[in-house]
Amino acid sequence: MAFPSPVRSARSMAWRRRRTAFADAWSVFRHNKQALAGAIILLVAVVIALLSPLLVPPDAIDPASATGPTFAPPSLAYPLGTDNFGRSVLALVVVGTRVSLLVGIAATVGAILFGATIGIVAGYYGGGPIDRFLSTLIDWFLVIPWLVLAIVLAAILGPTLLNVIVVIAVTSWAMAARIVRSQALSVREQPYVERARALGASDAAIMVHHILPNVFPVIFAQAVLTVAIAILSETTLSILGLGDPSSISWGHIIEDAFNGGAMVNGYWWWLLPPGICIVLVTLAFTMCGYAFEEILDPRLRGLEKTG
Amino acid sequence: MRLRYVARKVGWSLLTLLFVLSANFFLFRILPGDPLALLARSQRLAPSALAKQRAIFGLDQPLPSQFVTYLHETLTGNLGVSIISGQDVASLVASRIWPTVLLVGIGTGLAAVIGVLVGIRGGWNRGSGFDRGTLYGSLVLYSAPEAWLGMLLLIAFAGTLGWFPAGGYSSGTTTGLGQVADVANHLVLPVVTLALGYVGQFVIVMRSSMLEVKEAPYVEVARAKGLSERAVRRGHVVPNAFLPSFTLIVLSVGFILGGAIVIETVFSWPGLGLLTYQAIQDQDYPVLEAVFLLSSAAVVLANLVADLAYGYLDPRIDEV
Repeated sequence: MAFPSPVRSARSMAWRRRRTAFADAWSVFRHNKQALAGAIILLVAVVIALLSPLLVPPDAIDPASATGPTFAPPSLAYPLGTDNFGRSVLALVVVGTRVSLLVGIAATVGAILFGATIGIVAGYYGGGPIDRFLSTLIDWFLVIPWLVLAIVLAAILGPTLLNVIVVIAVTSWAMAARIVRSQALSVREQPYVERARALGASDAAIMVHHILPNVFPVIFAQAVLTVAIAILSETTLSILGLGDPSSISWGHIIEDAFNGGAMVNGYWWWLLPPGICIVLVTLAFTMCGYAFEEILDPRLRGLEKTG
Repeated sequence: MRLRYVARKVGWSLLTLLFVLSANFFLFRILPGDPLALLARSQRLAPSALAKQRAIFGLDQPLPSQFVTYLHETLTGNLGVSIISGQDVASLVASRIWPTVLLVGIGTGLAAVIGVLVGIRGGWNRGSGFDRGTLYGSLVLYSAPEAWLGMLLLIAFAGTLGWFPAGGYSSGTTTGLGQVADVANHLVLPVVTLALGYVGQFVIVMRSSMLEVKEAPYVEVARAKGLSERAVRRGHVVPNAFLPSFTLIVLSVGFILGGAIVIETVFSWPGLGLLTYQAIQDQDYPVLEAVFLLSSAAVVLANLVADLAYGYLDPRIDEV
């Protein structure tokens, strides 16, 4: 019988610590009903998004080859009715899952990469001229009305899917940057950071090896919350006609319904399903994000349970 | 309040405005092609209008002096002319301010009052049925796109039930008191949409600061003095918990225009938001530029007011 070696490498100790922390986090998450419901909704949405090419044949959503009656209310053949081209709204909503999630997640990745980098650098050089400059930049982007900036950028860049992603990322990185900065400020004061510096670690090495792992949980929670905002932003841009006209997202379906006279003629089945999807997925991301914040900040734990 | 605090806040606001002006200048000049070519495409532009636009661009000058020209023209009120109509942008924008202020003012006011009252009650009775119901309700409303909410209200109350007009500012057939009633009738659905879209955040902010203040030592002292629960809530918890909500309300006033764009579009409400939507459709860049400038200035101003008011209401703040 082999005993575990009493001497462990720093790396294996770090991983053991992370595993315990992860198990703790999971047990908090598991007991949070809202977060669990949110996670299930997200899982279903992701599966639908991945399977959508199999679930819906491309010609079913091609305006030129759709065969259904136009503006038909829900029936057995078309459970959610049809749109102006005779396409099944159910098929549109299934296909829309893909673009809505893609835009939401891709924009978030961009926003978080940029925001976290700015936040870590600003926090690490806290109080110095670099921090003052970056903090002012963060404050500016927090102050400028995001929708108007997004409109201006989208109008200038032109309506492609990539541009929509870029525009949303540009208008939503600042919140993450501010939160990561304040976290990095406190990590910077930890003794081990000073020790690393005394051992001759460069600024970049300290930021990557010491600050980043410690602010990573905050970044993650913030990222989950940002996806919710990004999906709502995509919807708003689409409704204003600034989305990519050739890719079907939930917001795009709402825009089509708006321009196709859904309101005047009472085509509620065209309008209701994509909006409900947006509400569900946004809510799910928000719930999960709150749960992660709760895991990170034990003071928040049990806030909703105790009376 | 210390003078230094005020000076710092005012200075920051001015710097921010300068940033907005520069962003405006550079964003609209990285547009592909000659900015004047866009204007020349429009047949309706009078030579005088073209000259006005040319004055802002100052295209024959090097970039730094173009920027100075632009700053000078903007600050003296020349915002250029609309590419589509040839109208002076400054007066075009000015004519659209009132409907937006009316709509967003009433809508935000309603959302703030209801949200704060609900938040007070929910936070005070944490975990009660009322608290749970309103908290989930707020989260759902917060997750719903406002434009979509507006469209649903339109289908239900303008289309199916026919209680309210489907859009616009007035029917234009009445005068005097009748006209006021007519405009009010047109206002109901957009105001309700706006209030529904914004009420959630007020509930959540007020509720969570109630929870925080409720546990403060001075609240315990107030109870120990023998004050009734009602007196503790009214005299000690609510006034202290209100500060974050107050900031949020002032900032919302600054975001007045951003909030109006989608709702005005859905209800064809002829304010700045609808103007923005039309400018997007027409690629009317001078109008977009003016909207960006005006809305940013509004937010910067609201921020300044919030900061100064905060400094006054919470004297601890200017010591940092």
